[in-house]
Amino acid sequence: MKIEFELNGKQVSGDVEPRTLLVHFIREHLGLTGTHIGCDSSHCGACTVLVDGTPLKSCTYLAVMANGRSLTTVEGLKQGPKLHVIQEEFKENHGLQCGYCTPGMMLVGKALLEKNPEPTEEEIRFAISGNICRCTGYQNIVKSIQAAGRRMKEEATEAAE
Amino acid sequence: MYPPKFDYAAPTTLDDALALLAEHGEEAKILAGGQSLIPMLKLRFAGPDMLIDINRVEGLDTLEETADHLIIGGMCRHNIIGHHSIIEQKWPVFAEAGKLIADPLVRNMGTIAGSLVHADPQADWGSVLLAVDAEIVVKKKGGERSINIDDFLHGIFETAIEPDEILTEIRVPKPKGKSGGAYLKMERKVGDFATAGVAVFVEMDGDTIKQAGLGLTAMGTRNLKAKEAEDALKGEKPSPELYAKAADLAAKICNPKDDTRGSAEYKLSVVRTYVQRGLERAVNFAQKA
Repeated sequence: MKIEFELNGKQVSGDVEPRTLLVHFIREHLGLTGTHIGCDSSHCGACTVLVDGTPLKSCTYLAVMANGRSLTTVEGLKQGPKLHVIQEEFKENHGLQCGYCTPGMMLVGKALLEKNPEPTEEEIRFAISGNICRCTGYQNIVKSIQAAGRRMKEEATEAAE
Repeated sequence: MYPPKFDYAAPTTLDDALALLAEHGEEAKILAGGQSLIPMLKLRFAGPDMLIDINRVEGLDTLEETADHLIIGGMCRHNIIGHHSIIEQKWPVFAEAGKLIADPLVRNMGTIAGSLVHADPQADWGSVLLAVDAEIVVKKKGGERSINIDDFLHGIFETAIEPDEILTEIRVPKPKGKSGGAYLKMERKVGDFATAGVAVFVEMDGDTIKQAGLGLTAMGTRNLKAKEAEDALKGEKPSPELYAKAADLAAKICNPKDDTRGSAEYKLSVVRTYVQRGLERAVNFAQKA
């Protein structure tokens, strides 16, 4: 079945079996391996992508369901050579750790901050509760998202002035 | 893991979806949010010849109050229900359950209708709907019927829905007086199914309980309605002693099993505690309303 959708601002297309999972289409057909496969059973969130701005698990979503929609993967965060604020703050606050869960954490963080620019620690922990980090902890991930929220707010204020 | 092969259609109107279902019947499955069905396909527990994706059908995700009912469209995602302004203001049992199902990413896709027709006895909405005495509206080509939730739920993965029907809407009777509710869920971690869950709904008449609803999660082969406990609450003034009595009556109909989530005895103890806490919270909400 032919499908076409917007991915990170560009139109992409492919011819897939209806049973193809979105994560496989992104990684194997399009060659974008920033979206990870962790548990492959809808538990870990390593495969998180944004579909029309909403974070969901691409291992539990068919590629054909994305037809005509607008998607963002971790590769779409960077604007030209410049890292997205959330990427910079994950780097700054040592939020990556081993890096496996990071694409999902950053996309969930971005979706959260767009709705709620000043989340409390509790709100961040609630938002990332579908994304599992096995390094040792969530402390730096939470700090990174909080710092990105503060930066995004500062930059929005500066832009307004 | 790959799902088995299937044909796929994505109709944009309910009539088209119903016509496809009438044509393919038992060979087809409706794809709503896919958060139960896609894992079932990947595990090869399900292998339909065709998936009819209704994510592009308009008008199935409305949430509104009419004069007599709260109407929830079948395609309402868990997150939409849990955070909806009507729900947050007036229907705490829905608001609390909607924020506790699975995890935030699953809640962004999963739908109330999908969860109900999947009918896992450890799933949450069935208990909520039993507590509020909801009607389930199902449609097929050229027909519609309404089924009380207690008759809709049959057993593990079994409901009253026929292969040519789609669950389109849930209708909840609106209380006349002040009302409150609560959903309490014990889970080992976010995203796990309930070790035990209790849904509570109360409607007050002054300082007495006029109506009470109690739904229990993971306590048998389907979500259970604790009728004797409900009857014991009706017409009574709220008190810790009354809540304890209701908790004992609710525990009597439970049949949990020993498993990795805990012993049967432990789960019964959780249910007793949750019934009491839930009633207290629901009555407090109603009295502040």
